Amino acid sequence: MNSPLKRTALACILMFGLLMININYLQAVRAEDLKQDSRDRRNFFARYEVERGLITAGNKVIARSEDTGDPETRFKRIYPEGKVYAPVTGFFAPENTSDIERAENDLLDGSSPSLVIRRGIDLFTGKQTKGANVQLTINPKAQEAAYKALGASGKKGALVAIEPKTGAILAMVSIPTYDPNLLAPADKAAVNEAYKKLDADEDKPLVNRAIARTYPPGSTFKVVTMAAYLESDDSLGPQSQVDAPQRLDLPNTTADLPNYGGAACGAGRVTLSFALEKSCNTPFGKIGMELGYDAMKEQAAKFGIGENLDPLEIPMAVSPSSIGPEEDQAALAQASIGQRSNQMSPLQMAMVAAGIANNGVVMKPYLVNKVTDAEGGEIKTADPEELDTAMSEENAAKLKEMMVNVVNLGTASAAQIPGETVGGKTGTAETAEGRAPHAWFISFAPADNPKVAVALIVESGSAGNDASGGQTAAPIAKSVMEAVLGR
Amino acid sequence: MSVPTVSAPGAEAVPLPAKRRVAQLVMLASAVLIVMAAYAAVGMGIDQKIPSGMLTYGLGLGGFMLAAYLVLARFAPWADPLILPLVTLINGLGLVMIYRLEVGAGGKGGASATSQLLWTAVGVVVFSVTLIVLRDHRALQRLTYTAGAAGLLLLVSPLLPVLGQEINGARIWIGLAGFTLQPAELAKLALVIFFAGYLVAKRDVLALAGRRLLFIDLPRARDLGPILITWGLSLGVLILQKDLGSSLLIFGTFIAMLYIATQRTSWVLIGILLFVGGAILAGLAFDHVQARFEVYLNPEDDALYRRELGGSFQLMEGLFGMSQGGILGTGLGQGHPGLIPLAFSDFIFAAIGEELGLTGLMALLMVYGLLVERGLRTSIAARDPFSKLLAGGLSFLLAWQVFIIVGGVTNLIPLTGLVTPFMSQGGSALLANWILIALLVRMSDAARKPPPQAIQDEGLTQVFQR
Repeated sequence: MNSPLKRTALACILMFGLLMININYLQAVRAEDLKQDSRDRRNFFARYEVERGLITAGNKVIARSEDTGDPETRFKRIYPEGKVYAPVTGFFAPENTSDIERAENDLLDGSSPSLVIRRGIDLFTGKQTKGANVQLTINPKAQEAAYKALGASGKKGALVAIEPKTGAILAMVSIPTYDPNLLAPADKAAVNEAYKKLDADEDKPLVNRAIARTYPPGSTFKVVTMAAYLESDDSLGPQSQVDAPQRLDLPNTTADLPNYGGAACGAGRVTLSFALEKSCNTPFGKIGMELGYDAMKEQAAKFGIGENLDPLEIPMAVSPSSIGPEEDQAALAQASIGQRSNQMSPLQMAMVAAGIANNGVVMKPYLVNKVTDAEGGEIKTADPEELDTAMSEENAAKLKEMMVNVVNLGTASAAQIPGETVGGKTGTAETAEGRAPHAWFISFAPADNPKVAVALIVESGSAGNDASGGQTAAPIAKSVMEAVLGR
Repeated sequence: MSVPTVSAPGAEAVPLPAKRRVAQLVMLASAVLIVMAAYAAVGMGIDQKIPSGMLTYGLGLGGFMLAAYLVLARFAPWADPLILPLVTLINGLGLVMIYRLEVGAGGKGGASATSQLLWTAVGVVVFSVTLIVLRDHRALQRLTYTAGAAGLLLLVSPLLPVLGQEINGARIWIGLAGFTLQPAELAKLALVIFFAGYLVAKRDVLALAGRRLLFIDLPRARDLGPILITWGLSLGVLILQKDLGSSLLIFGTFIAMLYIATQRTSWVLIGILLFVGGAILAGLAFDHVQARFEVYLNPEDDALYRRELGGSFQLMEGLFGMSQGGILGTGLGQGHPGLIPLAFSDFIFAAIGEELGLTGLMALLMVYGLLVERGLRTSIAARDPFSKLLAGGLSFLLAWQVFIIVGGVTNLIPLTGLVTPFMSQGGSALLANWILIALLVRMSDAARKPPPQAIQDEGLTQVFQR
């Protein structure tokens, strides 16, 4: 009977061989697909298994994880500062993440390849791996001042403050916003409901207006037009004379470009500085048409503006800003004063202000200052990077001088800080016929050694019908600049 | 050479097979140590400390196995040294997994390590008793028809009105004095003994008579009786008890034994044809059989996943678990095997796969494979045909059972409910399998024992060997 027994043994080897091949296929190959299956609750639990790292701003903890002791969903995410930092931290929901929680997810949950050594050590010492801690560039005083000032009396809008010399983002606020704690529970149904409610809200609290939305910049854009003009001819200066008609005839149209409120601008011929101080439209419309679309576009690109540039990541992706497509001269004139299809994100306008303040050098904006592992070991530190040089140092100095005049003599007196030289530019962007304008303000301080540049927008309609950059937006920028300067 | 030999002057020395008792003890100790380490790992994984029960469970298991070892050393000293350590390892890992599932579920959900440890103790006792009482396995041959009748009775017992119980849609349990037993597990043993005895008696007729058609020797029609009866029996189990697993197990083992006895491939072919025919008929007639096929072919289908009865939920949860386990597993106590329904019984293999990964499963299959190999080796070394057939049948039964349940859980073949030998929670199965091991040990002892001493007469040396 030995020969059939041997064949039976062969059959057994075959059976075990099949089982082994099959589990290899299952756990090494098919697993790749099966692991992605949303019906597997393990994926959901896995999100709560690791103690995610802290997100901090200055010495404030703005996101941390707490051990609930629940074996299935162990660590709960908590945002002690709630709404104030929501546009920065974002949220960590059962099926979704946003902003820093999304952009730095692999560091926060410890799965990043750069944490492999830490994980190895933890494996041997039997410690549970914790995620890395992310320290932001946000200055809590500035952030809170911005949230308070912009959030007061039902305003909507966004504010970004940048350190001009490095590009570090000191404050980023978007209002109205949401409480990320509502989206943090390990309860899909409850979170989905909360999310749906927030998503359906007409005010769009989930949208980070500072980086994910663009608006017509209005007169604040005149500094870009001015920069292009100064760059086109080094002999120009604040005292150079330009035409400033009451109405600028737009070629090939029946329409004219008036000044704000149809007012006159000086006596028809004014200095550049005066044009900026009073925010006359006609000189800048004319300058734009003279320079031409390509020169305007080129100058804008040097500030980081343009839909075809490499998308900016701070590390969240920033919606590209644009001066609009090339059309006729009339459109160009309007784009040159920040209207028409000219669309800027608040972050972009902060970069413009910071670039001018930093002697023409535009720094790449960033939010993450430092990442350390759970034991404090450094994983990466921000290294400020130049994005581009928007203008020569001399021309930047001329533009700075004019912007300081805007605050001291012109439309932005509300931004004055005693003892500091502040530069700024107001903007009151028309949205549609009969609707209230957006109120903009961009600024920097101190002018000779810039420590902060701010750009903010108060959305149309949220601050009354006669909102203006000078009256509505400038005081908010002032309070943020004061917070950064420690005044 | 220090190997003891049976020799006579003038004849070549014949080495005695070594007893390897020390090696066996060392392997047994290693198996217990591995199990204790696994206990510790479960505790570390769940709440970062060594579980207080580790010593109780570890020393308990160690104590039982030491007892089993002593009985084996006394009553079956020549037995294969690998069998007991291998079984100890599998049984112990099963205990650890059940313990882990019990802790994970907070004591709810049906997994009970204490009850399984108790049944392990009972299993060891039954193993010892079998070895002590059954000094010569050939005694079983005289019980051929008794075993057959007992097997049949056990198989149909769940259908009896008061005794039988239907759990989870299959009528395969009987309730006895507060316990629920799965008599099919014991029935399979009795039936293998019956098959062995019956086939030894009838194998010449079954092997030789018949005529040749094309290249296959076909048996005579009247010799088809036994195979048809067994086929009918397993179909009966399938239809009346909705127990696909046991049906496949019994019929497959019978075919294998028939082949071992007669060396005729035609029996295998006839068997496969009969089974496939039966399965197709059953598939047409019964929804639950059809559902198993649907699930097998398309487990990821969402409608099947959500179907309450006969859906793919359990299978998919197991596959999810094994996928998350990947190559190295999540580590004991660190996965979520509790999400798999019945992870402590039918799906224990998937639970192991989640926490110990592909690596753990490969090792586990190796251990099973080694166990089967030791059984088949016993069968080949055995000196009487009954022993050969019984050892071969039992070894194949073990391999076949592992193949059916593991193949089902890993989506290699349609899923049919069967216990994973020595791992799944359940007393009757543990009991039956420990008896199976006792029989293998008994036969390996007989096979490896030195042959009767040759006559000590000068010049007339006889070395009796097969």
